[in-house]
Amino acid sequence: MTTSPSEHGAPPGSTGDDPPCDLAVVGAGPAGLAAAVTAAGLGLNVMLLDAGERPGGQYYRHPAPGLRAARPQALHHHWHVFARLERRLRAHTTTGRLRHLPGHHVWTVLPEQPAETRQSAPAPAPVWRLHAVADEGPGAGSEDGGESPVTVRAHTVLLATGAYERQLPFPGWTLPGVVGAGGAQAMLKSGLVLPGRRTVVAGSGPLLLAVAAALAAAGGTVPAVVEAADYPSYAHRPAALLRNPGKLAEGAAHGATLLRHGVRLLTRHAVTAAHGTARVQAVTVERLDRDWRPLPGSARRIPCDALATGHGLVPQLELATALGCATLRTADGTPALDLDGEQRTSVPGVWSAGETGGIGGAELALAEGELAAYSVARALRGTRLPPRAAVLRGRRDRLRAFGEAMATVHRPGVGWTAWLDDATHVCRCEEVPAGAIREAAGELGARDARTVKLLTRAGMGWCQGRMCGPAVACLAGAEPAPDRRPLSCPVPLGHLAALPGAGPPAQAPPPPQPPAPADR
Amino acid sequence: MPTGNPRGPLDAVIVGAGVVGAACAHYASRAGLAVAVVDRGSVAGGTTGAGEGNLLVSDKEAGPELDLALLSTRLWRELADDLPPEAEYEPKGGLVVAPDETALGALRDFAAAQRKAGVETHEVPSHALHDLEPHLAPGLAGGFHYPQDAQVQPARAAAQLLASARRSGAVVHLGEEVTGFLAHPDGTLRGVRTPHRELHAPAVVNATGTWAGDLARLAGTHLPVHPRRGFVLVTEPLPRVVRHKVYAADYISDVASGSADLQSSAVVEGTPAGPVLIGATRERVGFDRTLSAEALRRLAHQAAALFPVLAGVRAIRTYHGFRPYLPDHLPAIGPDPRVPGLFHACGHEGAGIGLAPATGLLTAAVLTGDQPALDLRPFRPERFDQAGAAQ
Ligand SMILES: Cc1cc2nc3c(=O)[nH]c(=O)nc-3n(C[C@H](O)[C@H](O)[C@H](O)COP(=O)(O)OP(=O)(O)OC[C@H]3O[C@@H](n4cnc5c(N)ncnc54)[C@H](O)[C@@H]3O)c2cc1C
Ligand SMILES: Cc1cc2nc3c(=O)[nH]c(=O)nc-3n(C[C@H](O)[C@H](O)[C@H](O)COP(=O)(O)OP(=O)(O)OC[C@H]3O[C@@H](n4cnc5c(N)ncnc54)[C@H](O)[C@@H]3O)c2cc1C
Repeated sequence: MTTSPSEHGAPPGSTGDDPPCDLAVVGAGPAGLAAAVTAAGLGLNVMLLDAGERPGGQYYRHPAPGLRAARPQALHHHWHVFARLERRLRAHTTTGRLRHLPGHHVWTVLPEQPAETRQSAPAPAPVWRLHAVADEGPGAGSEDGGESPVTVRAHTVLLATGAYERQLPFPGWTLPGVVGAGGAQAMLKSGLVLPGRRTVVAGSGPLLLAVAAALAAAGGTVPAVVEAADYPSYAHRPAALLRNPGKLAEGAAHGATLLRHGVRLLTRHAVTAAHGTARVQAVTVERLDRDWRPLPGSARRIPCDALATGHGLVPQLELATALGCATLRTADGTPALDLDGEQRTSVPGVWSAGETGGIGGAELALAEGELAAYSVARALRGTRLPPRAAVLRGRRDRLRAFGEAMATVHRPGVGWTAWLDDATHVCRCEEVPAGAIREAAGELGARDARTVKLLTRAGMGWCQGRMCGPAVACLAGAEPAPDRRPLSCPVPLGHLAALPGAGPPAQAPPPPQPPAPADR
Repeated sequence: MPTGNPRGPLDAVIVGAGVVGAACAHYASRAGLAVAVVDRGSVAGGTTGAGEGNLLVSDKEAGPELDLALLSTRLWRELADDLPPEAEYEPKGGLVVAPDETALGALRDFAAAQRKAGVETHEVPSHALHDLEPHLAPGLAGGFHYPQDAQVQPARAAAQLLASARRSGAVVHLGEEVTGFLAHPDGTLRGVRTPHRELHAPAVVNATGTWAGDLARLAGTHLPVHPRRGFVLVTEPLPRVVRHKVYAADYISDVASGSADLQSSAVVEGTPAGPVLIGATRERVGFDRTLSAEALRRLAHQAAALFPVLAGVRAIRTYHGFRPYLPDHLPAIGPDPRVPGLFHACGHEGAGIGLAPATGLLTAAVLTGDQPALDLRPFRPERFDQAGAAQ
């Protein structure tokens, strides 16, 4: 339906006409939650929007209520931190200082300005419009898949949109039973469901150990953790590691869990193929050289009924890049936001915290979110930064250095493409095989992921390249470019048609009857 | 990457590997010329990659641009047979609909003039519109069917044209920007310079689209090409709900001048892969890359007004590009008398995909010294100079 949001009982302040709130936070993960409750505590009017139904983001996943008692402690090292945040969220919600809008996917953030001033663009805009697609709860009585348009106006914006998992494809990665490492962890945390009985955990990055430990602790068998990087190379960055004893303890805890369950850790190895017909039945594991090229003759098979795989996380930047926020490249080649000492982006009025500034973990996200809130309050109210800000900044710098050290170690080697055969689908949505991408990047003259996409449709499907983007860029011989997705999620045309605007009146078109999805 | 016969002397250097540069390379090398193509980015990395691929005669009033479009229509049909199917050529036809009798009357006059110029078009009465487009909104006054309107996938078409040129011996240098020109003492061009090499040739073709004004300046002359932004909306994949290229014609009468103009709204069309394309808006805002909610609102509104079923369909993507725009809406094609050795093939605004083959064929004729298939005077590059304009 394209009715105005207020007709769907959206909270006051969230329609295009209500006065703007002080701060709109996008993302209710550790960073966004910390920012929102801190800002509300400082007396700001805050709106917290998240696509998910429950606060917590990637890290704090909620077990289904009935399973609460059985929650393995290993899954949440800092559950008490989250519990405290959630209490503060509830308290501020009760006073009306903070409004949490779950199930709201923000598809764009735009400066609000009269059309005439567009020519001289760069002047800082005092008000932002956040356009969201809101899930309607059951019984909302809507016919178009239960979505309504919501616009939130705000004086400042904090983008805490987190990250998504990087996948590097290999033959067989589309088989049932092959799941993302993050997905496996999420399944476990929210439903206590194991992806299989024997789950190989493979890819690269510190999260593999966490995932394997969680699977083992929950009663699954993990025949091996297969890590493409070389852990001993951590030894080359002792400073960053030693300044982060907490992180080391976390790693050691996972290590101890793995040891206790007899899990093998194979470093500088990769799963280069998954085998099976209806479901994965085994994987091929090969030794890698420094560039992640498989070493001939090193292949062996490991039987399993599931594979949890991931190659680190990639910051989710599309809202920020659409606003023109400057980016930089982190140590693993991934773009992240360029933020200053107070979490400000290069666009005045827009802050960011958490994984958007580079992958660094939940503790860093919490520190940055809180720091950002102090900075926003200072900008809006002219208050001074409290002494705590210096503490947070120190913590942030230390954890950022740790994150960079990790990114250096786990940076994907250029040789990984050697384990792709031409028939392997790289883009799952559009079923584009590696061979087609190689042809586009070779004889057809594509030199970047965008042109490969235009020539092959890789990245044009439902996920808009979140799954294949890094891999396609690599095959095109380019560093991954910052995300550009002017629509962060699918938006019904009826919502777009009903956007407030100049020109001919935007009458809501008649109730739609969407045709069935294409049969391709 | 460069292939072909790099050692022989070059007849021409083509700057720009968009659809226009690729078409120039295709026709020039087919005519036996030794050409090199240089682009600072990828093939189709400029506006071609942001275009929609409508090959329209329906929207062009009788005149030089329509003549160019009609020539191109024939050439695209030939190319469809010569190039691999990846170019996705589809002669699907266009349907222009009129919301009311006034608009229909204007459309009738417009079509009559087009018919005289060689366009094939048939009036479709109101009751027959739904035979052509079952999901069209009710209550439209009628429309005109244009069987010659067709479609290609622009980036693929450009890549295939360039690949074909390469097979005929063209050399392609991608990722190299032309940073300077080489000239004889008398000012006649003798090639271009990139950070990696000098390319020597008696002719340089400016096919740099929206950036053609910059390249002209580099060559010491002037061409007022400016960007004109356009947004396109792409829906989720759908079964075939839209069969033709469909758009509405609204009649706007300018009482003061008495001139009639045709204002066209968003073109709605299906694609072989399933998504429906809705585009495009037109605004002159320089190279502003920020999303315009107003542009999206209009596109969505116009599309849902034509096809009510689309209101509940989701847009999964939007993109924008900057059309190469010249003040009189006509491209610049042919030699630049102010800089001997410089040729232009640029400034096609919102029709460069459609007009590329004709532009390539005419450019090849000019380079070989043959008689061009069309009169090039309306497209002469110097027409914006004081003197040029007065002629
Ligand atoms: C499998 C896995 C295991 C991990 N294990 C550990 C660990 O052991 N230790 C550790 O320190 N860290 C761990 N992490 C990392 C930790 O989850 C992150 O560091 C932390 O969640 C980052 O917080 P964030 O607030 O930046 O982002 P996230 O937690 O990712 O939250 C981002 C939120 O933004 C929302 N969002 C994004 N875009 C939009 C939009 N357009 N509109 C509305 N909402 C949007 C998302 O729904 C999400 O809720 C793990 C991560 C994963 C995936
Ligand atoms: C939203 C939108 C929709 C459109 N829809 C249609 C449509 O349906 N039908 C249609 O016919 N047209 C359409 N167009 C217009 C069409 O896309 C353009 O007219 C056409 O692509 C122009 O092609 P070109 O080759 O001249 O320019 P481009 O494709 O821009 O190519 C120019 C090339 O020159 C290169 N270059 C520039 N300077 C240098 C230098 N100094 N050295 C080296 N290389 C350089 C650039 O990298 C670029 O690749 C649309 C345009 C837009 C924006």
